[in-house]
Amino acid sequence: MKLSEAWLRERVNPAISTDELVAQLTMAGLEVDSVEPAAAVFSGVVVGEVVAMEQHPDADRLRVCTVKTGEQEPLQIVCGAANVRVGLKIPAALVGAVLPGDFKIKKSKLRGVESFGMLCSEKELGLAEEASGLMELAAGAPVGVDIRDYLTLNDNLIEVDLTPNRADCLSVEGIAREVSVLNQMDLSALPVVKAPITHSDELPVSVDVEEACPRYLGRLIKAVDAKADTPLWMQERLRRSGLRSLGPLVDVTNYVLLEMGQPLHAFDLAKLSGGIQVRWAHKDETLELLNNQSVQLDTDALVIADEQCALALAGIMGGSSSAVNDETQDVFLECAFFTPDKMMGKARKYGLHTDSSHRFERGVDPFLQERAIERATQLILEIAGGSAGPITERVSTAHLPERQPVKLRRQKLDSILAVALDDAEIIKIFTGLGMMVESVSDGWQVTPPGFRFDITIEADLIEELARVYGYNRLPQTSLLMRSELSKAPETVVELDTVKDALVARDYQEVITYSFVDEQLQQAITPGETVVRLQNPLSSELAVMRSSLWCGLIQAALYNINRQQGRIRIFESGLRFLQKQDELIQQKMLAGLVLGEAYSEQWSEKRRKVDFFDVKADVEALFALTGNEVSFVKSNHPALHPGQTAEIQSADGEHIGWLGMLHPKLEEEWGIGAQVFLFELDQTLLLKKKIPAFSPLSKFPSVRRDLALLVNESCAVADIVTHIKDCSEAAIQDIFVFDIYQGQGIEPGYKSVALGLILQDFSQTLTEPEIDAIVSRVLKKLTTEISARLRD
Amino acid sequence: MSATLQDILAQALNELANAQDLNSLDQVRVHYLGKKGLFTAQMKELGRLDPVQRREAGQVINDAKNKFQDSLESRKFELQNAALEQRLASESIDVTLPGRGHHVGGLHPVTVTLRRISRIFSSVGFKVVEGPEIEDDYHNFGALNIPDHHPARAMHDTFYFDAHTVLRTHTSPVQIRAMEAEKPPLKVIAPGRVYRCDSDITHTPMFHQVEGFLVDTQVSFADLKGVVYEFLRAFFEKDIQVRFRPSYFPFTEPSAEVDIECVMCDGKGCRVCGHTGWLEVMGCGMIHPEVFKSVGIDAEVFSGFAFGMGVERLTMLRYGINDLRLFFENDLKFLQQFK
Ligand SMILES: [Zn+2]
Repeated sequence: MKLSEAWLRERVNPAISTDELVAQLTMAGLEVDSVEPAAAVFSGVVVGEVVAMEQHPDADRLRVCTVKTGEQEPLQIVCGAANVRVGLKIPAALVGAVLPGDFKIKKSKLRGVESFGMLCSEKELGLAEEASGLMELAAGAPVGVDIRDYLTLNDNLIEVDLTPNRADCLSVEGIAREVSVLNQMDLSALPVVKAPITHSDELPVSVDVEEACPRYLGRLIKAVDAKADTPLWMQERLRRSGLRSLGPLVDVTNYVLLEMGQPLHAFDLAKLSGGIQVRWAHKDETLELLNNQSVQLDTDALVIADEQCALALAGIMGGSSSAVNDETQDVFLECAFFTPDKMMGKARKYGLHTDSSHRFERGVDPFLQERAIERATQLILEIAGGSAGPITERVSTAHLPERQPVKLRRQKLDSILAVALDDAEIIKIFTGLGMMVESVSDGWQVTPPGFRFDITIEADLIEELARVYGYNRLPQTSLLMRSELSKAPETVVELDTVKDALVARDYQEVITYSFVDEQLQQAITPGETVVRLQNPLSSELAVMRSSLWCGLIQAALYNINRQQGRIRIFESGLRFLQKQDELIQQKMLAGLVLGEAYSEQWSEKRRKVDFFDVKADVEALFALTGNEVSFVKSNHPALHPGQTAEIQSADGEHIGWLGMLHPKLEEEWGIGAQVFLFELDQTLLLKKKIPAFSPLSKFPSVRRDLALLVNESCAVADIVTHIKDCSEAAIQDIFVFDIYQGQGIEPGYKSVALGLILQDFSQTLTEPEIDAIVSRVLKKLTTEISARLRD
Repeated sequence: MSATLQDILAQALNELANAQDLNSLDQVRVHYLGKKGLFTAQMKELGRLDPVQRREAGQVINDAKNKFQDSLESRKFELQNAALEQRLASESIDVTLPGRGHHVGGLHPVTVTLRRISRIFSSVGFKVVEGPEIEDDYHNFGALNIPDHHPARAMHDTFYFDAHTVLRTHTSPVQIRAMEAEKPPLKVIAPGRVYRCDSDITHTPMFHQVEGFLVDTQVSFADLKGVVYEFLRAFFEKDIQVRFRPSYFPFTEPSAEVDIECVMCDGKGCRVCGHTGWLEVMGCGMIHPEVFKSVGIDAEVFSGFAFGMGVERLTMLRYGINDLRLFFENDLKFLQQFK
């Protein structure tokens, strides 16, 4: 809502500055978005009248004018505008005037003729972007009066950003009411005189849908002059509220909308056939709107129709076929109340949003229509003349919103606000807001006025009191809360701990959008059902990610394009999977690594990162939880078939993936480097084993190394598993310290060097005992995987 | 002292002086003091003398031996020192060269802020709870007192999957889920991603919020003011001015917007605060009775407050970041500034 400060002050004029007024509104919940001066800074310009005019002796296009400016002697001013003429009233800038842009008016000579000032256009006064000639003032404009006073240019445009509950403030009157309460002043009344009824014609009105239109008022105003000029003051007020002047009939309806918050509509009687019907649209009925948009209506659209067709989308926008224009002679003026819950969402459905729909959706005072139609009639008669007929009213009291009294309990008020407001102050605030207050034993019964749709429960009343009293005057307590000991569950590792571990290992966290490009996603998880947004912002942000890799790859590409050759990033968040009827939102942790293993440095040999570097990072995360996991050779559509591991828990649950991005995708996306990726299920990753103590042996441990020859396809993890399966209690640890293929090893085979650490709990192991254990192990390995000792 | 002994001693001292390392020094020691050493041989000679002569001659040999030993010790000390000096010299390095191996990465600035917010609230017993990001319209709107077609819905620019499934537009549905799951008293904060169908210089289609709420008996607006005030001072580590402005949210009443004194200009007015000296940082209010009704909490017994804040906005103010879009471009040069 944008309005002129001067207009507001006409209704209530507290002795406070513009800044104070604006602060007051903002702090009462009517947030002021902006304050702009109505006109640029200028001075020394008065209303002048051209009383005589001669041709300039030496310039065809210049005239030498004699201009009355309220001084004793008229001034001689040279002017080049085409529309200058004797009798014209214009803004005259006197010598010493300063026009916008710091343009100073001095006594000057134009082609030898002295000029004592300048006659101005709207552009020169900063009132318009363009002007074709002098600004023509009304014939009755008082000569000598400062133009800023005459045009009330010492004004500000205040834009208030209203919350949807405050429909009552969508008018000058509504905001003035608030200002009056905040300053404990009276609102000056707007006298509305009933128009004299000078003809008796009426247009029949039938309302088929009383639940949507409980009140409908119409009136015929005949023989208007639709070509009449809208008075300057009205044009200015409309302009300052952001509306253009469109002829007196439309201007008046817009003016009353701004003034009182009541939307009205004017139909051209000549374009109507028969009476008015308020009804739901017929199926597939079409209507061409004032903005030339043609809409196909649904049966839930409320229309104003005549006997033949829909004329207007009720409360939203009129149709072009019945619109008034400057040829209009007789007007049917409509002023109705449409119920908010029947209006909500309707304009939006047709892609519309108008001043009218904005108000009806939020709630127009259901008792305002008579006053508003009289006000509009009065203004039309004043400006465009004509003759008013009687008001036709259709009302269904049963469907009008009721204003029920709301109970406010003193005890509740005191406990919520933690302060005891004075009784007299409470009553004064409510009364000022237009509410009826009745004191009862434990509080008050408060009945809100028609224009307040937002007061239905006790909390609404408490808010009103708090708001007007001032939130910042209300007490503030230091937090006194029940406290309980926080739990410290040890079966879960905090995600933060895992993130910190990655950070310590040189990973940078990223946050990418949860919606991604469908093609990218299809390449990464071709088997997953796509979870698609109905209204995405773009095709790059169209489907919910089924893997965090989508975002990581895009983040990597973004940085590769910015000369980053080494990238180590991770992200945590949800991925979205559709499994039959179930939508799964799964918390994941994923990482991407590419480029050099280490950032380039003086003493480390440069080498590319490989699978095992990244595997160490992943293993480090599991080391935090103490859970044993296995890396099983596997296949994933986005990963290199020879470098893909599925990560499984000891129970065989699938925790995630680790692998190299498939070279095909690497090429397709132009990455130009091997990319390693991992993605882990957070819930399984963060499960922690509570450590259990195992006793320490007092006897020395010994190490035995085995160099085994096995088939090259044999997985080391399997060798270790087979050794563990021997259940030799003395074997404390098994580790790989060398893998060798090449000279000395027959093709198709590899040498695996294992270290075994042996220790017994009851004695020092003897050589024969150790040999016996090792030979049992070897026998098992020979049986299971045909391993033999390397010579 | 016999001439021979004197010669031996002179020779021995000379050899000690010429020994250049501990190894050759030890050879000298053995040559003179070992089982077959020259001094040892001299001692063996004593047996042939009579007791008086033996004592005198023994004394002379011992003196010579002691002299040798003293020289040996001091030469050993010299050589040890020289060896240490040499090691120290050879092991000197340029300590200004950078350390070797991996550097340290960093967290996203949004995470840094989320952690700080969580830590501040956890310290007074707020529990961190999360919820789904794909929500049903009941939890995102209906249960929060935002009925169908309500103008407040239009303000949300919602992403839809179907008529009843949305990407959550705020973290407030977690409030509903938490109150459905547990009975009061409750102290919860719910951080997370939220989504609005809007993208321009000051909007990204995804951003982060932290929702917080407290339900107990006897909770007042004064408590809300106190918590918000103390939180903001803790977050900005500054005694900033805070003001509460009436506003409207369907799920709280009374509702307030919270402004802080502009941290960029200390309230003097600048471009960031639109020359008002104030910055809007969060919304809050007393939980609406309709919300309590939808989760089955008796509003006559319990009252509570809720608040919500934009994490990116707080992060921008805290670190002076001037472009919202930087958060999700993930330019490493940007992210690495927040170690
Ligand atoms: Zn500022």
